[in-house]
Amino acid sequence: MVYPIKSLLLALGLAFVSNSILAADPVRVATTTSTYNSGLLDYLLPEFEKETGLRVQVLSVGTGQALRLGQDGDVDLVITHAPEAEEAFVELGHGVDPRGLMYNDYILVGPRPDRLNLYEAEGILDALEKIHRRNAPFISRGDDSGTYNKEKELWERSGLKPNFSRYQAVGQGMGRVLIMSNELQAYTLADRGTWLAMQSRLKMQIVYEGGIDLANPYQVILVNPARHTSLNHQEAKKLRDWLVSPRGQSLINNFTIEGEQLFFGDAE
Amino acid sequence: MDSIGTATLQALQLLTSGDRELWSIIWLSFRVSMTALLLALPLALFAGFALAFWRFPGHWLLVTLNNTLLAVPTVVIGLVLFLLLSRSGPLGDLRLLFSQPAMIIGQWLMCLPILIAMSHTAYQAISRHAWETTRSLGLSRLRSLWLITLEVRFSLLAAVILAFGRIIAEVGCAMMVGGNIAGHTRTITTAIALETSRGAYVQGIALGIVLLVLALVLNLLVGYFRGNAVQGSAH
Repeated sequence: MVYPIKSLLLALGLAFVSNSILAADPVRVATTTSTYNSGLLDYLLPEFEKETGLRVQVLSVGTGQALRLGQDGDVDLVITHAPEAEEAFVELGHGVDPRGLMYNDYILVGPRPDRLNLYEAEGILDALEKIHRRNAPFISRGDDSGTYNKEKELWERSGLKPNFSRYQAVGQGMGRVLIMSNELQAYTLADRGTWLAMQSRLKMQIVYEGGIDLANPYQVILVNPARHTSLNHQEAKKLRDWLVSPRGQSLINNFTIEGEQLFFGDAE
Repeated sequence: MDSIGTATLQALQLLTSGDRELWSIIWLSFRVSMTALLLALPLALFAGFALAFWRFPGHWLLVTLNNTLLAVPTVVIGLVLFLLLSRSGPLGDLRLLFSQPAMIIGQWLMCLPILIAMSHTAYQAISRHAWETTRSLGLSRLRSLWLITLEVRFSLLAAVILAFGRIIAEVGCAMMVGGNIAGHTRTITTAIALETSRGAYVQGIALGIVLLVLALVLNLLVGYFRGNAVQGSAH
């Protein structure tokens, strides 16, 4: 009496599980919230899957966690934007064959209207200095992301410590930080991609932009197949090659939101 | 930003228009949680029964341990599972991280202590002599277990429903070991977290409505079964 019912339940359970186990291995990509939240990958990857028949799974995390997932062999490929961390990642042998993929830039966004008139600043460092001096509300990613690394680098170069009372490190992704800045009428450093994707929902504006200091290059790096035997290295390589191919690059260049180009392919 | 009113209206439209992505997320959530529940149920029923009917050394320790597991935050379960299942972790060779089986294991761990605790209580409502009586009537052990289980079926159903409600509404562990991969491990709760972080509230609200309706239906069912259980024991 009891056995048939329970084994039926078990069989049901296993049937549920098995369809996800039996499918072919997908390529796993860890990437930053900025590439994912902007919608770029939702636009690119279906094209790749259609052309190759391969499957791709995307984990959208901060740059720090993306590199960590690569280091641990939990993903096959990383797409990140933190040059120093990426250099260390490759030097330590976690990743191989890094390629420049594309770039966009960081921007300083803030409340509308901008009480500090930061567009008059003589550079991003000067703009940050003004925020610091006036103790204006500033929300920092405060995570291990490429954007946060950039922000730390800028504060360091300005010679100021971000220790004013209205500086808040929140430890959240770019989208959430923009939403919080919007709610709190605060300034924040953002990548242009996420900004463009979200701008229509925010009562904010770009308060400072431009200059080499704010460049934001993305690299695509294969996880070292010598370190982890279980990687889907071959197919990850196909994806990488496709991304840096003329086809992938032109798709990246054609990705626009409200008519504005978000990323500029720079693969050689 | 949309007002809550417009966003909610759009969410309702999204739900009723049969949006494929939305409904596939809902279906995936149900599938994962149902699987975890079904896999936990036999063991939990047996454990609850054993705790209620048998006295053995370490009995109190097991009860205490189980009650402790009840209180473990789901993110802690998620963290431990993540570390175990990572390819650099001890169970990395199973290659389960960021997969549905990983989420199922997490939810299995979450619903097991609830099911054990509640079935323990349910079985306790039956006189301990029932076991000896059925046995002395010449019924096999399994048959006796089955008969007694039938007696408390309404309380057990309530337990199952509550456990299901807990695991399908859980977000911490699902996010950590599932990874919120679109179409693969994106559940109702992780999708809400993602959509909110993107500032896209409509889909989040739609999924929130699903969870709310689900909670309401589940609790109505629990109330119904509890009523039956009380009536049953009055007989």
